[in-house]
Amino acid sequence: MGLLYGLIAVGLALIFGLMDVVNFAHGEFLMIAMYVSFFLFTFFAIDPLLSAPLVAAALFVLGAVVYLLVVRFAMRAKANAGMVQIFSTFGLAIVMRGLAQFFFTPDYRSIPHSWAGGKTISVAGIFLPEPQLIGALVAIAAFAGLYFFIHRTDFGRALEATREDPGAVALVGIDKNRVFALGWGLGAALVGLAGAIMAVFFYIYPDVGASFALIAYVTVALGGFGSVFGAFAGGIVVGLVEATTALVLPPSLKSVGIYAVYLLVVFIRPRGLFGQM
Amino acid sequence: MDKHFTARRRRDLIIAAVLAGLAALAPLFVKDVYVQNILILTLMYAALSQSWNILSGYCGQISLGHALYFGIGAYTTELLFTKFGVLPWFGMLAGGAIAALIAMALGYPFFRLRGHYFVIATIVIAEIGLLLFQNWEWAGAAMGITIPVRGDSWLKFQFLRSKLPYFYFALALCSLAWFVTWWLEDSKWGFWWRAVKDNPEAAESLGVVVFNSKMGAAAVSAFLVAVGGAFYAQFLAYIDPESVMGFQFSLLMALPAVLGGIGTLWGPVLGAAILIPMTELTRSYIGGSGRGVDLIVYGALIVAISLALPQGLVSLFSRTKAKGATR
Repeated sequence: MGLLYGLIAVGLALIFGLMDVVNFAHGEFLMIAMYVSFFLFTFFAIDPLLSAPLVAAALFVLGAVVYLLVVRFAMRAKANAGMVQIFSTFGLAIVMRGLAQFFFTPDYRSIPHSWAGGKTISVAGIFLPEPQLIGALVAIAAFAGLYFFIHRTDFGRALEATREDPGAVALVGIDKNRVFALGWGLGAALVGLAGAIMAVFFYIYPDVGASFALIAYVTVALGGFGSVFGAFAGGIVVGLVEATTALVLPPSLKSVGIYAVYLLVVFIRPRGLFGQM
Repeated sequence: MDKHFTARRRRDLIIAAVLAGLAALAPLFVKDVYVQNILILTLMYAALSQSWNILSGYCGQISLGHALYFGIGAYTTELLFTKFGVLPWFGMLAGGAIAALIAMALGYPFFRLRGHYFVIATIVIAEIGLLLFQNWEWAGAAMGITIPVRGDSWLKFQFLRSKLPYFYFALALCSLAWFVTWWLEDSKWGFWWRAVKDNPEAAESLGVVVFNSKMGAAAVSAFLVAVGGAFYAQFLAYIDPESVMGFQFSLLMALPAVLGGIGTLWGPVLGAAILIPMTELTRSYIGGSGRGVDLIVYGALIVAISLALPQGLVSLFSRTKAKGATR
């Protein structure tokens, strides 16, 4: 679970690291990803674990479109820039939730029998639910892929360069908007992967994103805004804390542990675990 | 500039008095209970947003966790009322005081945080409060508290026959929040807050006690919001954690100010006057289908306004005013 939190959070961290914008519609990206996965299963009988790349691709497009239609303009605001970004992405989240309710109705849905759903696997005497295990593996693979992508490809270099100095980048002929749009697409695609996996073992409904979004923000902040590695590590911490809290507190309070750890960490290190001080 | 500023402040006060007077007469013409209800909510959100604006707008510490103070106001009042028979008026003040104390206690660690770290900390703390109340058996847990009927009087702050007393209280609260903002705007605190918002380092070097001024803003802001929560609880006669401490309240408090103009005197009032009736009307006319069309319209408007008018609707007026003022 921690690795999945990490995967959701990495997308958020990527976007933030790139342009200092917190996407408050991140949870809704996740929700859409889960629906896409659900419909691919219902209509085309594609197992969610196999459709994950398709979902990621769909979310890539969504992320890029959101950047071009909304965020691009939010970044131009000169006054109250922080507020404009918060509320424009927030408004977007509300629209997306409304659209989901309109088209998909507020009913709870689930994917009844996926290839891996409900199975457990025994590793050295410990029983692990198979979808979660596959999710963890996919998450690790995605991190590895992202690392390779950022450090070894031209686009990754353009991304890094744009982050460091958008002005200079324009001089060498890189279109800032294109890089940012691709960055948003990539961030959303990572959420797409997470959503496809989570669709196997979570109910799907229009508000599902909200419950994960706050954890994602906490995860990113825990790791330190701007640090993709921090988000990954933050995810693992959050997963562990959640599991530990569940042992001592009633299930309805399990998130309290995560929040408390977040507060504790930022009091000690106001920039998160791996954030630049 | 000084003369200009004094003149503008005097004019603001006169406009506010006239508006409040006109609003006080509104019930003579508005007999429809549904419309009265919308007016009450509009005034309440204007008051809440004005209070939120003190900390987040003037002082620049964006809080998305003010639902915590709202809920504390509501719960203190109702727990004192139902468990100990304390009149809501005292409960209201107690709730305000507790909220202010909590805001200051939280201020110690929180005000070291910057930007998104601060915003997320405020969301998180409100969420913790919500979860705790949902699991607190003595306070009714997730079921909440139904406020018993004890009469119909100002003394008990309960009105069964008519909504008008609630309307007048909401108007008074809104006027109070406005007046406090107006008064603080020109005080030492007001200048400190703006300095802290614009550039904390520079403010510090000029001798502004950044930390204390943030604390002051947090306390005033939380107190007023808690009084609003106490009012809301009496008005609805039923509270549960989600309905008084849910994240949507933090958002609903911030939105009017954002829409109208953050850190401005008139922004919250203007924003609430447009946003709240719109919310209620879209909810009852197109939201009835339960298919989320109201959310789509509502969200799209938020996106459109925050993108098109980053300084809020107030900037439309000040632009024309500025034109008129130039020689």
